[in-house]
Amino acid sequence: MLSRTPAVAVVVVVLTLALMPLAGSRYAIDLATQVLIYCLFALSLNVLIGYTGDVSFGHAAYFAIGGYACAILLTTYRWPLVLALPASIVVSGLAAAVIGYFCVRLTQIYFAMLALAFAMLVWGVAFKWKGVTGGDDGLTGILVPKLLENHTAYFYFTLGSVAVGVALLWMICHSAFGLTLVAIRENTVRAGFIGVDTRKMRWGAFTVAGTFAGLAGALFGMYNRGMYIENAFWTESAQVLIMVLLGGIYSFVGPLIGAAVLYLLQVVTNQYTPYWPTVLGLILLVVVLVLPDGLVGLAKRVGGRAARA
Amino acid sequence: MSTMLKIAGLWTSFAGFVAIQDVHFDLSAGETHAIIGPNGAGKTTFFNLITGRLRPDRGTVNFEGTELVGLAPERIVRMGIARSFQRINIYPRLSVFENVQVALIAHAGQHWNLFTPGRSLHRGDTADLLRLVNLGAEAREVAGELSYGKQKQLELAIALAAKPRLLLLDEPTAGMSPQETAGTIALIRDIVRARGLTLLFTEHDMSVVFGMAERISVLHHGEIIASGTPDAVRNHPEVKRVYLGEHAIG
Repeated sequence: MLSRTPAVAVVVVVLTLALMPLAGSRYAIDLATQVLIYCLFALSLNVLIGYTGDVSFGHAAYFAIGGYACAILLTTYRWPLVLALPASIVVSGLAAAVIGYFCVRLTQIYFAMLALAFAMLVWGVAFKWKGVTGGDDGLTGILVPKLLENHTAYFYFTLGSVAVGVALLWMICHSAFGLTLVAIRENTVRAGFIGVDTRKMRWGAFTVAGTFAGLAGALFGMYNRGMYIENAFWTESAQVLIMVLLGGIYSFVGPLIGAAVLYLLQVVTNQYTPYWPTVLGLILLVVVLVLPDGLVGLAKRVGGRAARA
Repeated sequence: MSTMLKIAGLWTSFAGFVAIQDVHFDLSAGETHAIIGPNGAGKTTFFNLITGRLRPDRGTVNFEGTELVGLAPERIVRMGIARSFQRINIYPRLSVFENVQVALIAHAGQHWNLFTPGRSLHRGDTADLLRLVNLGAEAREVAGELSYGKQKQLELAIALAAKPRLLLLDEPTAGMSPQETAGTIALIRDIVRARGLTLLFTEHDMSVVFGMAERISVLHHGEIIASGTPDAVRNHPEVKRVYLGEHAIG
């Protein structure tokens, strides 16, 4: 019975989303598309934070690389989407593999800082390589296939892509690889002494995380019809990090919930006040001080108390 | 008996403090060998040097003809040397079951498998190992919430999951009650015998050491000052002077 609950929840969530365009306004459909993209982005980061125990401050780099790569292939080189999308995922995965190769040599705050440094480098390339990326004007007018120009169609495309991405990440996180990553998070030294090359495994996790961030970025660029250097900036990395922390790093669904809640809060807040960063700061404060396991941890604690009462 | 582990001219120092100096040490296959010595004598450092946690300044560590110095811990484990730690070294947030399961996954080289659910692997072997160390009933508990003695037993199960031929146990009964100590020692002895393991261990309880070890080496200020049978070591004048004099020998 208990094992069936998650499956039922998945079906309900996917069906609700799939049926949403029938009832929802165009605004709601667009919002749902954006939320889905950020859900995948946050989930990819949690492979590093929640599963491997490596906190990256530079995850926006792979989101941006995926986004720019897809945009450039579609628009500059007129590749069809069926080639451009997989290629952009591969490009972001390769970038993560190259950068990760150096990052996993370090741990903890030094790892975080090096990941941030590389992300700033990516931002710098996007800023300076005007001929390819459009520099600080951004890369606009991205050519999306006719079929996906319609908002509802793009929503379904995003829903399908994100669902595949989430399903693959679910499989990876619960695989023997995923379980070993958790062991590395829990006790890296011990993991070495059971015969695990912890550095190589962390490198693998870094590459997986970057690959799926790349998919999220590609979906974002097409939705937005443009990529901008802000997408690679450290504030983007910080925002997705806060999404992960808000939802809870020790559960698979935590980052999905965190991304949805934070993104929707941002949208609502922006309707009333221009002080979103202040609100974001307050949210971070609450998470750090009273919600160390995020919203999922809170729900479990409340649920546990209710069960005991 | 053939020599399994041959250590020659081992030196290491931390910031000028010589922790291990000119250690020569042979271990035969099938032997149960204890390393004793006062706190700070270098026992744990010695283990760390053998298992790749530390790299010596000088010297060689030869295991069945292969030089271990310079190899990473994961390589050394794969050659058949597993260890436990003096301070508890488990995965606190994982279940007791997963603590052992992940070690079996690593031993089988399946830790790069991205497709097969980790939970489905080695369930039988995991349950067997947990039963062996008397943790069968605690399989579903969170490892970090076990009592100290049980965490020590879990630590042993994790080491055994690597299917070693040479087992290094660093103070396997430290912090245990007398009853727990007796049970753990009996357990280790049974396992070593049943699996034909070579055992190298450190221990502060002299009754355990002299009751269990076939050979004993005494480490003092990073030097092995005596090595031999329990009787020879017990009657060694320098050992009496620097170490055993302070201890009641059972």
